[in-house]
Amino acid sequence: MQRNERFELNKNLAQMLKGGVIMDVTTPEQARIAERAGACAVMALERIPADIRAAGGVSRMSDPKMIKGIRDAVSIPVMAKCRIGHFVEAQILEAIEIDYIDESEVLSPADDKFHIDKTQFSVPFVCGARDLGEALRRIGEGASMIRTKGEPGTGDVVQAVRHMRMMNSQIRELVSMREDELYEQAKELRVPFELVQFVHDHGKLPVVNFAAGGIATPADAALMMQLGAEGVFVGSGIFKSGDPEKRARAIVQAVTNYDDPHILASLSEDLGEAMVGINEQEIALLMAERGK
Amino acid sequence: MRIAVFALQGAFIEHEQVLAKLGAETREIRKRSDFSGSFDGVILPGGESTVQGKLLREGGMLEPLREAIEGGLPVFGTCAGMILLAEKISNDESVYLGTMSAVVRRNAYGRQLGSFRTRETFGPIDDFPMVFIRGPIFEQVGEGVEVLSRVDGNIVAARQGNMLATAFHPELTEDTRVHEYFLGMAEGR
Repeated sequence: MQRNERFELNKNLAQMLKGGVIMDVTTPEQARIAERAGACAVMALERIPADIRAAGGVSRMSDPKMIKGIRDAVSIPVMAKCRIGHFVEAQILEAIEIDYIDESEVLSPADDKFHIDKTQFSVPFVCGARDLGEALRRIGEGASMIRTKGEPGTGDVVQAVRHMRMMNSQIRELVSMREDELYEQAKELRVPFELVQFVHDHGKLPVVNFAAGGIATPADAALMMQLGAEGVFVGSGIFKSGDPEKRARAIVQAVTNYDDPHILASLSEDLGEAMVGINEQEIALLMAERGK
Repeated sequence: MRIAVFALQGAFIEHEQVLAKLGAETREIRKRSDFSGSFDGVILPGGESTVQGKLLREGGMLEPLREAIEGGLPVFGTCAGMILLAEKISNDESVYLGTMSAVVRRNAYGRQLGSFRTRETFGPIDDFPMVFIRGPIFEQVGEGVEVLSRVDGNIVAARQGNMLATAFHPELTEDTRVHEYFLGMAEGR
């Protein structure tokens, strides 16, 4: 199959995930809870970001056996994370036929300069971005889905909001430019000209764009949707809360009904403890700074 | 022409864009009260059938939709939508609308590495571009079901009266002929 055709199919899978919630899970049992609650995909990992943050040290790709256990427990797509630049971890995830690889800043970067050349893979990749330049650089490297970086494992939505607003305001700026200004813009953003041209012409990224990092409540999820996200990732927010299944269901409903405050009000009732969370100022390690 | 597009999860915008191109008016259905008034047809888009089925059920939309389809309202289900319509899913206990006399198999081509594109005949339409994303197939179809497409021997599109279902995604291509076929069903109602 031609590489371009594979890229299109991989973009298409992300389109099918739109309007959905992708949940972090660490066991087959959690994966089943997530599926039952209405997750459109699960992210299989050994430790959720909040625990990675707490544990410190080097954080790597999860044990393939553990990922396969989760893969076999559910019928929805399964994603898994590899370290930024660690193309061998990506090869391993492709070998076990994962549906989507997240080249993720949540894990310790394996390369401080180069990201994975994702065009060399058949399996699709999602990557984090804080702004339009990062998003288009990742797409240029072959990512077929983008998510905001946010600040994982904090339960603080401020950075996801900042990244989504930044990306969308840069897109609006690009749309308003004259054609002859696009060349300079491509240079400034350090991205291929064709991608700049696409954003200028279409007013959106050429791939699906989700929100991720710090989303902990139905209101957080709806906020990101109203800011223009096409779906959300929820990491620590679900299984670090008091009643994961109920919260997961409520977040799924909130993403569908993101612009109906009456529904959001009833979804927000009685969810039990939210994850405790850490404020941006209290964080020692900013994961979003990894991999630009 | 006014088409209700279920917008619970998945690729519903892509359907709306094709329908707009063809001059049809669309309305997004997210909750039960959206599904009121008169429609000429309904689209059940691609996405995850487990998610959409659950949201239909929790939102109290399964019954009114089933009644409308049984009352003759034309419906077009793509991929997840086809699974929602089927009477039986061979590798899943769930039944959602169950109005179409057919047995389907979810994720029949395996995981994302099994996703593919091809070109095949769809009923009266030749050489139609077909995109399969973790797609299902029809394992069996009952009486009164007309087979419209086969790919490698597997049934991937079928029609039973007012119900049309495809395992592939015409909304992901530039070719509008399958949507025109469906609007023809809605018009002839």
